[in-house]
Amino acid sequence: MDQFLQQLVNGLAWGSIYALIALGYTMVYGVLRLINFAHGDVYMVGAMTAYYIAHWFGFAGAPSLPGFLVVMLASMATCAVLGALIELVAYRPLRGQPRSSMLITAIGVSMLLEFGGQRVFGPDPKFFPQLIESHSLFAAGGVVLTNVDLLVILCSLGLMVALRWVVMRTRIGMALRAVSFSFDASALMGINVNTIIATTFMLGSALAAAAGAMVGLRNPKIDPLMGLMPGIKAFVAAVLGGIGNFPGAVAGGLLMGVTETFVAAYLSSTYRDAVAFVILIAVLLFKPTGIFGKVTVEKV
Amino acid sequence: MHALKHLARNNASPVILLLCLWPLGAALERWLNPYYLQILVYIGINMILAVSLNLINGITGQFSLGHAGFMAIGAYASAAGTMFAWPGAPAALALLAALVIGGLAASLAGLFVGVPALRLRGDYLAIATLGFGEIIRVVILNTEAVGGARGFFGIPVLASFGWVYACMVLCVVMLWRLVYSTKGKAFFAIREDEIAAAAMGVDTTRYKIIAFTIGAFWAGLAGCLFAHFIGYIHTNSFTFLKSIEILVMVVLGGTGSITGAMLAAVILTVLPEVLRFGAEYRMIIYSVLLIALMLTRPTGLMGTREIVPAR
Repeated sequence: MDQFLQQLVNGLAWGSIYALIALGYTMVYGVLRLINFAHGDVYMVGAMTAYYIAHWFGFAGAPSLPGFLVVMLASMATCAVLGALIELVAYRPLRGQPRSSMLITAIGVSMLLEFGGQRVFGPDPKFFPQLIESHSLFAAGGVVLTNVDLLVILCSLGLMVALRWVVMRTRIGMALRAVSFSFDASALMGINVNTIIATTFMLGSALAAAAGAMVGLRNPKIDPLMGLMPGIKAFVAAVLGGIGNFPGAVAGGLLMGVTETFVAAYLSSTYRDAVAFVILIAVLLFKPTGIFGKVTVEKV
Repeated sequence: MHALKHLARNNASPVILLLCLWPLGAALERWLNPYYLQILVYIGINMILAVSLNLINGITGQFSLGHAGFMAIGAYASAAGTMFAWPGAPAALALLAALVIGGLAASLAGLFVGVPALRLRGDYLAIATLGFGEIIRVVILNTEAVGGARGFFGIPVLASFGWVYACMVLCVVMLWRLVYSTKGKAFFAIREDEIAAAAMGVDTTRYKIIAFTIGAFWAGLAGCLFAHFIGYIHTNSFTFLKSIEILVMVVLGGTGSITGAMLAAVILTVLPEVLRFGAEYRMIIYSVLLIALMLTRPTGLMGTREIVPAR
């Protein structure tokens, strides 16, 4: 039982990282119907940026919560710019072209970030500075809840609430929802579709960067290829929840994180990667549009 | 003269080509630098992979990201066949049997994946096939009988230039004749509009499963050739990155163009080798070139056209 609760805590913390990345996938998919393969690598750049900012501005030597928040926000801002830039260079010129061509440029950008990252950051793993001293907040029996776990969960939750506020309560959010509903109709209503798409990329990339900074707290080993698997799994999480659906992405991410942690703990860590996909396929077979996905009727 | 025309129309040229391949292969093996020969063989294998995925993705419009999984099944099943079933068999016979085993095993997997997966559409299908591919890989990784995490050693090296290109020619001819036949129109119809195709009397499920099974068959065959050319296989060669690599060939060639897929297979196999002068910048240049190519030719190198007219 103790181990169960402990794994649940780990799973939730890991799952909220997935959820943050999955939100970016879902948002981009919502407006462009594009699987943004480069998203996992933006998460890597987020972690790397946080690493360098922490070192350059001296946060690495003095662990503190405000220090970490500053690092995270700076990394989010950097990646927001990166996200907008990627959209501008690799996706915007292909608007109106076959969707598959955008998919290939996405793969190209992903490779560019990975191989470029190996060149710029160096191919060897780096050790993320301890920005927050980990200590246990709560220990009962064998269950330990550390402040880092709690911070990761709360921070993700805060970002999700903020995102929900932006999407549901602001004009930009309304425009974003309109664009994802219909490209042409929203353009006719005077929405600048290009600006909204760029904003979507900025929001999504900022969330991925936050995930990258937070993952550095829990798993300090970061390297230029770290975005590969989490990226693909977060996409699976987004599909699991019903792609284009915000609560679905969060639910999918949490489900994914918890299941993986349990499989690694109780079965075997080599099966960890496969089980995520088994769940995905099982869900899709019974509910082909994901857990929260809407069934769209095809009009003829 | 008339007889010659008749032969040409019935694809005699591939038959002649096939017969020329072994002497050509022998000559190449004798005089060509082994490094170039290896690249040539990889080009052949990648052509089979690209053309077969093109049947599923490009021509039938079913977005599959699990091609490396089928390739893995073909590679491991055939390697297990030549290693355990009949060790010491004559080389040609053993490889023929391996090709059949690899192809059939993969097409069975294709059928097994295709039937449930075809309930899904578009990107859901993509991610489900990606999932199947990864599951296949992890299961193989945990199967000790075929080497597990250590990889599968000691596979007899039976495949050569001649075999690879013979299979490639057969694959291209078969798929060409399939998709540009009257029945083949059904595949294009499904890609263009599934509902309209169904309304016109196309059994969409049947044709989608045919595409999946045949595509998987050739992927398995390519896997078999790969295994029996290198002599050692590891699941790391069959990750979803390999599927993506094949997908890039299909899209870069022009979705639906068989010759385009072949051309892209050549370019994308040769390009990383040509870029070796760039040392550590090699893959950076490669990815930039990939983006630039796609931006300048958004419908792929060939669009939906073929280099030689289909009719």
